[in-house]
Amino acid sequence: MNSEIFNTLIDALGGTLQDILPIIIVLGFFQVVAIQKVIPHLKQKLIGLGMVVLGLGIFIVGLEQCVFPIGSQMANQLTDLNFLAGSDSALVETLKKSSQMDPGIYLWTYIFAFLIGFSTTLAEPALIAVAYKARDITTGAISAWGLRVSVALGVATGVTLGVYRIVMGNPLHYYIVAGYAFLLIQTWFSPKQIIPLAYDSGGVTTSTVTVPLIAALGIGLASNVPGRSPLIDGFGLIAFASLFPMITVMAYAMITEKLSKRKEINEPS
Amino acid sequence: MDVFPIIVVIAFFQLVIIQKPFPHLDQTIFGIFLVVMGLFIFILGLESALFPIGEKMANEFALKGNPWWIIFFGFALGFSTTIAEPALTVIAGKAGGLAAGAGAIENTKSSVAKFVLGLRYTVALSVGLAIALGVLRILKGWPFIWFIMGGYTLIVITTFFAPQEIIGIAYDSGGITTSTITVPLVAALGVGLATSIRGRNPMLDGFGLIALASLCPIIFVLGYGILVYGVGS
Repeated sequence: MNSEIFNTLIDALGGTLQDILPIIIVLGFFQVVAIQKVIPHLKQKLIGLGMVVLGLGIFIVGLEQCVFPIGSQMANQLTDLNFLAGSDSALVETLKKSSQMDPGIYLWTYIFAFLIGFSTTLAEPALIAVAYKARDITTGAISAWGLRVSVALGVATGVTLGVYRIVMGNPLHYYIVAGYAFLLIQTWFSPKQIIPLAYDSGGVTTSTVTVPLIAALGIGLASNVPGRSPLIDGFGLIAFASLFPMITVMAYAMITEKLSKRKEINEPS
Repeated sequence: MDVFPIIVVIAFFQLVIIQKPFPHLDQTIFGIFLVVMGLFIFILGLESALFPIGEKMANEFALKGNPWWIIFFGFALGFSTTIAEPALTVIAGKAGGLAAGAGAIENTKSSVAKFVLGLRYTVALSVGLAIALGVLRILKGWPFIWFIMGGYTLIVITTFFAPQEIIGIAYDSGGITTSTITVPLVAALGVGLATSIRGRNPMLDGFGLIALASLCPIIFVLGYGILVYGVGS
């Protein structure tokens, strides 16, 4: 078992190295050709880059060893018809034959989707990075924690709705286009400062941690729900997970703005 | 701290809902230890290398005064990191199988490989263009909202003409293109640039690069689908 973990660690380090190699080439090229200056504190920066690769590599091995297998196993078990029907074997037969599932039967799957979407987003390294950046620029007006929680709520809502769509078998673009319409209207009313950051958070949320788990959930669901194809219906969860954080981050900004205005009225300085 | 919620959720579902003991408990605990340690080292490296490098380069470019270098830099960064992105390779592979199964392309290894490579280049090109455009926006101070409005309108229009099979993949491709190492670097680049140029607000102008990098691939992949499958409904 130990050598197995060692091997996956080597693989993961190779993977992150492959990730960072093009970045280093591009950075190096422009540093030498365009800027033509030596990078200050080069040794320290190189150590830092090494830590980024090593940290991400260890992180991914940990995920692959403990979180992903359990996550996908769970998605499979929760959507299994035998689990849904309890011990009622007659119900299993009727469920297998029905072309349209009763969406209520997947209650635990929705709850699981919501909670796993929320909790994995909180651990997303890219989101932590952007949240720190936002906190530093606004000197704390946007708290890193507040931003992360609102993004996580968005991902949770998005994934849950996406799961509901897979169960129902509705076309993806109805949901997404309606979501965009809502988003654009909301943009009109939200504080200007937050808009670029809110739209950024859509793309940030879906990386290392969230994508594999959500993909496992989507594929597990689409292969267990009668009448769904894993190839066609398995896609689309990531789209939901990147749409809804934009809505919740703007909502977060609207609420904090309202609260701070009320505070100013109550305690005039 | 960061991974604590995941542990709670998984433990709850395993023990209360599914009601089975954990398989390989020792391995799981070791895995959690790795996750926590890895995240800690990553964040240390982030603050000591990725952030300062991105900001320093943005600074130098702004001082140089030649806008073409930094626009080209944005393109190169977006293109190169996306073409190497493992998640994209996986999704593109699945999309290739799907297209061959639907009969949109010939079901041979070489034509599927061609489709997959074409898809990857399409996404990488669109991410490169998006970051270059985003950098141009920061330099010029154009309002972010124009790009978002225009982009989403374009997506909705293209969706009408796009074949059913590509829509899910296209919408997903927006989310998977920005990897964990690219995001901090691009964020630092945008914010550093907006800080170095007079009259730009780091909050209003610095963010938004990642948003464009997730928007453009959707449009491009929908277009690629129309090219390969033909116009659908």
